[in-house]
Amino acid sequence: MASERRNGAGGLDLSLVTDGLRAEREQGITIDVAYRYFQTARRKFILADTPGHVQYTRNMVTGASTADLALILIDARHGVVEQTKRHAFLAALLGIPHLVVCVNKMDLVGYAEETFDAIARDVCALRASLGVKDVTFIPISALRGDNVVEPSAAMAWYGGVPLLEHLETVEVAADRNLADVRFPVQWVIRDHDADYRGYAGQVAGGVLRPGDPVTVQPGGVRTTIASIDTLDGPLDEAFAPMSVTVRLADDVDASRGDVLTGAGRAARVERELEADVCWMAEQPLRAGARLAVKQATSSARAVVDGLLDRLDIQALHRASDPAELALNDIGRVRLRTSRPLVFDAYADNRATGSFILIDEATNETVAAGMIR
Amino acid sequence: MSHELTHLRALEAEAIHVMREVAAELERPVLLFSGGKDSIVLLHLALKAFRPGRLPFPLMHVDTGHNFPEVIEYRDRRVAELGERLIVASVQESIERGRVVEETGPRASRNRLQTTTLLDAIEEHGFDAAFGGARRDEERARAKERIFSFRDDFGSWDPKRQRPELWNLYNGRIRRGEHVRVFPLSNWTELDVWQYIADERLEVPSIYFSHERDVFRRDGMLYAVSPHVELIDGEEPFAASVRYRTVGDMSCTGAVASRAIALDDVVAEIAATRITERGETRADDRVSEAAMEDRKVAGYF
Repeated sequence: MASERRNGAGGLDLSLVTDGLRAEREQGITIDVAYRYFQTARRKFILADTPGHVQYTRNMVTGASTADLALILIDARHGVVEQTKRHAFLAALLGIPHLVVCVNKMDLVGYAEETFDAIARDVCALRASLGVKDVTFIPISALRGDNVVEPSAAMAWYGGVPLLEHLETVEVAADRNLADVRFPVQWVIRDHDADYRGYAGQVAGGVLRPGDPVTVQPGGVRTTIASIDTLDGPLDEAFAPMSVTVRLADDVDASRGDVLTGAGRAARVERELEADVCWMAEQPLRAGARLAVKQATSSARAVVDGLLDRLDIQALHRASDPAELALNDIGRVRLRTSRPLVFDAYADNRATGSFILIDEATNETVAAGMIR
Repeated sequence: MSHELTHLRALEAEAIHVMREVAAELERPVLLFSGGKDSIVLLHLALKAFRPGRLPFPLMHVDTGHNFPEVIEYRDRRVAELGERLIVASVQESIERGRVVEETGPRASRNRLQTTTLLDAIEEHGFDAAFGGARRDEERARAKERIFSFRDDFGSWDPKRQRPELWNLYNGRIRRGEHVRVFPLSNWTELDVWQYIADERLEVPSIYFSHERDVFRRDGMLYAVSPHVELIDGEEPFAASVRYRTVGDMSCTGAVASRAIALDDVVAEIAATRITERGETRADDRVSEAAMEDRKVAGYF
């Protein structure tokens, strides 16, 4: 491989594998998210390798948006650095339920428990301000394989499992919202010969069952689930993230963008919302901007009524009333939409609490939003 | 009952979601169907997404004229079974109309010519979205590609200007003349595809299973003896038990020695292999380190 020259010290360099674009190999940096796939006997994994540089925050946000778990590497010699804080913050902002902090290069600090403990304490101090739910610390040497696949003989003081075993066993199904029924209608399936009308979509929350009462939002029409259909036959229940087709008992007029809601907490049906956005365009965002919004299967127009704060990602401090949000900035905004959206807080449901903003002049995706 | 989907069922649900988004947000999609394993899965997922309704798009095959006859036979039979519409865009016709010039010599291939035929067909039919079966695990440029891959009005992919793709929210907005390539199988691996084919009991063309064939060795690969490939001095045909891991042109697709005669054998073989399918069997990807990136920039699948 021509790019082996970058593999200086004889160690493994993941970027040799993941830097798939000519420009990345030329510049020697990861620019875009690379998706890689691996599996063990117990589980299959999708790895989103995201760039760490601050100027590629939007790419990291992209990779983080669908992740069940974030893995952050800390160099045992340097401890918590600015990049560690930023990555932990973004993991928390994007609602990644599990964070694994690998303290790497333990071989270079004599496998010292005190070094590991001190770093873990520093991260725990951050954790309260960030709001990460589940953090696991693992001391490793990626180069020597300590605590990567096999337990480390050099770190007998470590009582936990190696990284791979942790990845194989961490519980992810429990992170999905199984309480509040949400079914955004994507597409209406019709078969005129059979007088069939079914609402196709991907379950975003809760468990749907035939006979359950549902409300079609916005609008509030109440009906009942007649059946849950698939090509392989009807189902007794459906839950996130299954793609199914729901038939309703009554002849209601539901269409794309509507959401079937049921048991559990009511969804918010509103035209105004506050959200944290990551701004992804060269042109800064200012109050008054008009954009298109896509949230679940709903599309609308939106106006930015106000910029409430801007996050200083170095200091992890929020400054109120910013004049603008520049490329890669994160800040809280107030939006007003042209029609009511059916949504939840992002903390309650990542699928119904997220949205993208699109510039209607360029058709570019210019922001990722998380409803608060 | 557990409320956790298996990995394969989660991939299936994601792909169905993607296909329905395209049907809902774009005007004239088309599904590229070659009769290869990935497009077989794609077509099956389309049925899962839209039955009992009709598919809200036709199927299209860019036919180089150098395809394996077993695959063309399968393609036509499958389309007839489903009663859906198939458009065949012919590279031979592109050559006859002077849109492209046939390569000559023993290493001639119609692989690159397909791009022009594909882009001409997209323009002629006014398609604004084309589903393809490409996967990110196939090749390193593809590992960076979005599920909704935007193409300008020259059909070009610009890897530096890809739209951020977050959650399951896809931005399919385009101007007239532009289109999107959509890859619902982006997150599938070759093994996932075969396990899914086995789970769903899907029929695949016979060349995916071990069979006796006259082949010759070139550049470390086994090529089928066919009217579409000239032998170079010193290349001696011989009979071997082979199967195909990928289905492209006879001129650029190599076979692998294999005794796998059933789906379970194929799954076991793929689970044990450490070489990628394109690395092992596709001459078109061996041209340079960025062969796929360059072709994608030009508008390839």
